[in-house]
Amino acid sequence: MSPIINTPTPVETNTDFEVRSLDAMCVNDSHLVEPWYHNIKYALIGILFGITFIKAEIVSWFRIQEMFRFQSFHMYGVIGVAVVVGAISIQIIKRFKIKTMYGEAIELHDKTFNRGQIYGALLFGFGWAITGACPGPLFAQIGAGFLAIGVTLLSAIAGTWVYGYFRARLPH
Amino acid sequence: MRILNHSVMLQFLSQPWHWSVAGVLIGLTVPTLLLLGNRVFGISSNLRHICAACIPANIPFFKYDWKKEAWNLFFIGGAILGAVIAANFLKDPAPFQVAAATQRDLQALGVQDFSAMMPSDLFGVDQIFTIKGLIFMVFGGFLIGFGTRYGGGCTSGHAISGLSNLQFPSLIATISFMAGGFLMTHFGLPLLFKLF
Repeated sequence: MSPIINTPTPVETNTDFEVRSLDAMCVNDSHLVEPWYHNIKYALIGILFGITFIKAEIVSWFRIQEMFRFQSFHMYGVIGVAVVVGAISIQIIKRFKIKTMYGEAIELHDKTFNRGQIYGALLFGFGWAITGACPGPLFAQIGAGFLAIGVTLLSAIAGTWVYGYFRARLPH
Repeated sequence: MRILNHSVMLQFLSQPWHWSVAGVLIGLTVPTLLLLGNRVFGISSNLRHICAACIPANIPFFKYDWKKEAWNLFFIGGAILGAVIAANFLKDPAPFQVAAATQRDLQALGVQDFSAMMPSDLFGVDQIFTIKGLIFMVFGGFLIGFGTRYGGGCTSGHAISGLSNLQFPSLIATISFMAGGFLMTHFGLPLLFKLF
């Protein structure tokens, strides 16, 4: 649990893995130490992702309302197809033991259940229906010119911070 | 001829994309991030990284090397840029469509603007300092940030990454946030709309 702050290690030993993976879904499993500009490739994928979010109108408050009112298939189609494509891809990666472009083995960790996944997800669902945004669309809405959503984003950051502050006292 | 093809393609890309196209592209994000460097697709973690980078305040939950997760901040930075590109250069000239039944329901609640992806009477800049802004931006945003971290992920981390990897906790979380959305839409919003 010892925090590693500003201490560059030659090889990542994942000593703070527990802290990072407690409930974070994105755990960086690469053991490589890469120069910062290697991150540009993720920005390029992000650009394509952002364009998709806008052009498929996933960022629209109305599309989310249509979904929660069962009045359009659109969002169910997007999420359903994404899960199927993702699942097939992961099965192929596992079956053929495909490695990353740097030759590292791909690591996928199983998640452990805790009650926070029910309580927290319920609260997130409330927020999703109110704002019409999950975290990805929150960023994309601002890029699309809905500048007031900057307030929503700041409040979401504050929400995450408050969770971190009270984490030990919440039921998990 | 080249110019013609170019404009035909732009026109094609400017239409609203079909759900299957978006689904395939978003689904492919999962293996792409894995193959590029063992990265697991999940966006709400960025909110935590921003806390860790800007306001860790000695809270153990924010004391980790967020710089190692900088790839995700680059990813979301790219997504903002992609949204700028799509909204400015791939803009659909046709009017925005909302399902007739949804429009009727929302009109009954009091929503007036159906001309764009976000109703300006709820999410316009002029609403920031109103009771609507407090409900739809501040309160709603807080629930997103608090709930996703408490629940351990959002639509990307649980519904897409987690379900793709057949994770049972992600199924529970996905069912829970869908349930939360239904409850808020059908029982919460009618009350919230009475507050202003």
